[in-house]
Amino acid sequence: MDFIIAKYNYWIYIALMMIGFYAMIAKNNFIKKIIGMNIFQTAIILFFISIAFKKGGATLPILTDADAHGHHAITVAEYINPLPHVLMLTAIVVMVATLGVALAIVIMMYRKYHTLEEDEILKEIE
Amino acid sequence: MNVPFDLILQIFIVICAIAAITVKDLLSAVMILGAYSFFMCLMWAQMGAVDVAFTEASVSAGIGTILFIAALMQTTRRSKD
Repeated sequence: MDFIIAKYNYWIYIALMMIGFYAMIAKNNFIKKIIGMNIFQTAIILFFISIAFKKGGATLPILTDADAHGHHAITVAEYINPLPHVLMLTAIVVMVATLGVALAIVIMMYRKYHTLEEDEILKEIE
Repeated sequence: MNVPFDLILQIFIVICAIAAITVKDLLSAVMILGAYSFFMCLMWAQMGAVDVAFTEASVSAGIGTILFIAALMQTTRRSKD
């Protein structure tokens, strides 16, 4: 019980991932599938940011008067790990790029078949 | 009992995600997805990832919503599910 409460970020991330995955698989509309893909990617970004987070007032400090000799150096426990942040900046940009490509494909399919529903397009192809 | 702020935000996020995939009108779904992105961005700012929050607010909630609306204007906003 304590494990569930202390790590609720991860439970929410799993719930979001399953919501997005369900929308990608079970929904019939292509825009709904793309929305599910967006939710899925955001859930993964939430997971990485949760990895980087530290409890107890850790921040990303801005050092204004630190010098090269190691004065005013702060302890490691006061830093949030910045590496997942940088990775996820790239992931957000990739997310928008995949969104643009997916929407372009959907627009081309609508111009050819005049519908956005997957089953109607499959019926028309056969 | 003192409920933490990010737990409330996460409950809002899950509600927005479920609403975005259940609403029949596609334009409403895209708007709810924008609200979802902004709630997510608030939570990342609260977790210390301010750069990720800025990028999410400008790129995903801004440009992503605009791309969705542009695609919906080219196609249709009706959906069966």
